[in-house]
Amino acid sequence: MGTKHLRRMDLIFTRDDDYKNLVKDILSRKNEDIINEMMESGLKGRGGAGFPTGLKWKLTSEKPEATKYIICNADEGEPGTFKDREILTQVPYKVLTGMAACAKVIGAKEGFIYLRGEYHFLVDLLSKAIDEFHQICKVNSFDFNVYIFLGSGAYICGEESALMESMEGKRGEPRNKPPFPTDLGYLNKPTVVNNVETLAHAFTILKLGAKDFHDLGVQDSHGSKLFSVSGDTPIPGIYELELGMSVQDFADDFGDGDCKAVQVGGASGFLVPRKRFKETSIGYQGKLKGISLPTGGSMMLFNSSRSMYNVLSNYLDFFQEESCGQCTPCRVGCQQLVKGIEQVKRGEKPAAYLDVLLKLTDTMKVTAKCGLGQSVANSFQSIVENFKEEMIY
Amino acid sequence: MSDVQTLVKGLVKSYGRQETSLMPILQGVIKVERSISESAMIEIARELEISTAKVFGMASFYSFLDTKPRGKYVIRICKTITCAMKGKNQILLALEDSLKIKVGETTHDKHFTLLETNCLGWCHKAPAMLINEEVYTELTPEKVRQIIEEYKKNEVVD
Ligand SMILES: Cc1cc2nc3c(=O)[nH]c(=O)nc-3n(C[C@H](O)[C@H](O)[C@H](O)COP(=O)(O)O)c2cc1C
Ligand code: SF4
Repeated sequence: MGTKHLRRMDLIFTRDDDYKNLVKDILSRKNEDIINEMMESGLKGRGGAGFPTGLKWKLTSEKPEATKYIICNADEGEPGTFKDREILTQVPYKVLTGMAACAKVIGAKEGFIYLRGEYHFLVDLLSKAIDEFHQICKVNSFDFNVYIFLGSGAYICGEESALMESMEGKRGEPRNKPPFPTDLGYLNKPTVVNNVETLAHAFTILKLGAKDFHDLGVQDSHGSKLFSVSGDTPIPGIYELELGMSVQDFADDFGDGDCKAVQVGGASGFLVPRKRFKETSIGYQGKLKGISLPTGGSMMLFNSSRSMYNVLSNYLDFFQEESCGQCTPCRVGCQQLVKGIEQVKRGEKPAAYLDVLLKLTDTMKVTAKCGLGQSVANSFQSIVENFKEEMIY
Repeated sequence: MSDVQTLVKGLVKSYGRQETSLMPILQGVIKVERSISESAMIEIARELEISTAKVFGMASFYSFLDTKPRGKYVIRICKTITCAMKGKNQILLALEDSLKIKVGETTHDKHFTLLETNCLGWCHKAPAMLINEEVYTELTPEKVRQIIEEYKKNEVVD
């Protein structure tokens, strides 16, 4: 326990009283300079999917349409994540500056913050920050307005196309991809959707320059990342750490000494059992040795008193309820998984039935329409394969 | 004109008639009525010139857009993994006991509805719950009993 291994960073939450000058400075830069800076930084989306942010802005900037949008994704529904709320509470102006930089580059006049309904209490504070920011835009003759759009309790609306459906007054049912939002987004206009933290990092990059950010982390996983740490830990909370750390170092720093497994990336991520701590690192797939797990930052620790059956069953209930129900593999698949593990546990089905369920998750991975249905396999397979006995007895 | 009609007309006036206003309008109804009644849906459909099926489709999709009658205070307790590990069941028992209702039910005086919900984003301060928009964290059975007593007291004063 303690701070033995991992360097704690403090870039995101550092107050910046001088941000008004940064806004002014950014607005006077050339678009291609901003794009180059973002690309060179190596920043990848912090919402989970890890798409290079600079490239997303560049692609959208190249679209000829007159109307475009920038949307900040503050739906933060993944179990175990709570960092985006803290960013919006403590340094909303960094996110707004990131949005303005993107708006300038792509040519958007309107931006939205899609705030999950659970964070309704933040609306007043955030509206104040937005009003202030509008003043700064005005002073700099920059025509840009930001609006808050409140969600209404649907995890799937964090998926960018479902999010836009919801803003258009529809059920939050993900769209087919392609077309991607950069081509046809909100109201069928080219749209950048970025996570709250991604936009806050854009602030840091545009302030300090690409190099400082790029130097952090390892190989393909550049920069720092906020981690939401919860579960069996003496020090739950939000921590900014370098990408590329091993789960072993993480568990040593944050575990309670009896850490049996770490769930990386929330219910839609992977469970890492103790025997794989050393060879597993946190970062984007690429040059890292061993297994490397991307994450939106949810890190949940479980000690040896926890039943992995209960953990899996809790996740599956979550997916079953949050599935939008649009496609069969996910809608029926989730129901069958919930029922299936119960039947095995009660002895109504043989242990070998778990193999049937594992195959079902393989099918869901390739046939489900969106990331929700596709990623159920992640936690299901990593839990069942590593803790089979706990599923049966 | 009924109360609901007046409410909907007011909301339509401030948010506009385009479909992008549908969500804020439904949320506006919830804020006042705590649920969206059939007559509210019919009125919204008429005002926005869309089908009632579309309004119902929307309302039935989102867990915070309740279509069943709810109490003045809707309690949503988080049941996702960390809250579950940190004693959510004890909190639920304490709530059921002080309100004399089960999950999914509303008290006879229509003051409280008790529901479960998915991750609220307070795992580091589990267990957590919402009462309408208000967040309560690091709950203990004693703490929730106190919170409910406070709400009940304020109701009597109202
Ligand atoms: C089921 C599901 C839920 C998601 N929830 C969120 C979310 O709450 N916040 C978020 O930023 N991205 C979420 N995403 C990812 C978004 O679709 C999108 O990739 C992201 O907002 C892009 O921003 P970024 O490139 O800055 O990460 C989710 C994806 C899926 C499939
Ligand atoms: S995978 Fe699930 S959530 Fe995604 S579109 Fe299909 S049913 Fe909806």
